[in-house]
Amino acid sequence: MAEMENGMRLWEVFVQPRTGKPHEHVGSVRATHAEMALQHARDVYARRGPVVSIWVVPTEAIYATKPGDEGPFFDPADNKPYRHPLFYKVPHGVKNI
Amino acid sequence: MNLETLDDALRPALFEYLLRLGDDALILGHRLSEWCGHGPYLEEDIALANLALDCLGHAEALLTLAGEVEGQGRTADDLAFLRDAYDFRNVQLVELPRGDFAFTIVRQFLYATYACLLYKALQQSAFEPLAGIAAKAHKEMQYHLRHSSEWMRCLGDGTEESHRRAQSALDELWMYTGELFEVDDTLRTLTEARIAPDMATLQPKWREQVETVLREATLTVPEDPPYMATGGRHGHHTEHLGHLLAEMQFLQRAYPGAQW
Repeated sequence: MAEMENGMRLWEVFVQPRTGKPHEHVGSVRATHAEMALQHARDVYARRGPVVSIWVVPTEAIYATKPGDEGPFFDPADNKPYRHPLFYKVPHGVKNI
Repeated sequence: MNLETLDDALRPALFEYLLRLGDDALILGHRLSEWCGHGPYLEEDIALANLALDCLGHAEALLTLAGEVEGQGRTADDLAFLRDAYDFRNVQLVELPRGDFAFTIVRQFLYATYACLLYKALQQSAFEPLAGIAAKAHKEMQYHLRHSSEWMRCLGDGTEESHRRAQSALDELWMYTGELFEVDDTLRTLTEARIAPDMATLQPKWREQVETVLREATLTVPEDPPYMATGGRHGHHTEHLGHLLAEMQFLQRAYPGAQW
């Protein structure tokens, strides 16, 4: 358990700027529990931009790749252009693709 | 009614009332701002500075409006920086030194509970500019209440030391809460004109909401003391306000009209 002094834990913060947009990772906060982490996330990361939703997740709940995983995990995607949707015409006016 | 249609007979009482609201926010905001750089940890430091800025925002809007109602051309800055302690109309609750973190949180909780009820009611004020300010302030005070209530539960139901400090702050502050609901001729005039709410209907709600959180926080509701502090609304303050003003007003007093 990644507990710091005074019962503090680290929380990762995800912010959604608009309805329909994905939650994006913006940083982390320290807090003893979820409600306080959410409030701190609001104060630190939601003061200046448009925000409609915030998630906080205990950092230790994230299971991630390691630097050594790079080759087997990501390299095979390098030479397969047919996996990319590059051969379609995007209609005029469509954004966010 | 608005500034143009305001009955001149109501102006003195309304000016006085807006000073009360504005000075509460200004002085509490200043006390909160004293935590900047001294918070218990970075995130809470930012949280307290945010609360301070909210209060200063309310103060600016309310004192600007006060100056307009008075009609002597005084701005919010004039009212904030060029009055002396006996011209301030805030309750003594907000001028007490910030104390330890528990003291600041308990005060913020007691005040935010009051301010949420008050600003909610003031949205129905017959004086439209005040109703508008109240709508914005109510939103922000709801966050103050959520933040301070969460800390009440953390401190009260936390360690032996945090419980002791929270209870001791609560016991010390209780005698300063009576002033929030005091009614005098100024307030009666405005309540009759439907500009200000009837404080007698707000007090039991305040009491009920405060007691609910105190129960969750395993804190004991203090017994009502034989004497409730009073006088702030008429310019009688504790010794602490003068010291606060000396710091807050220093620059404008030493360099009148200074801008940067």
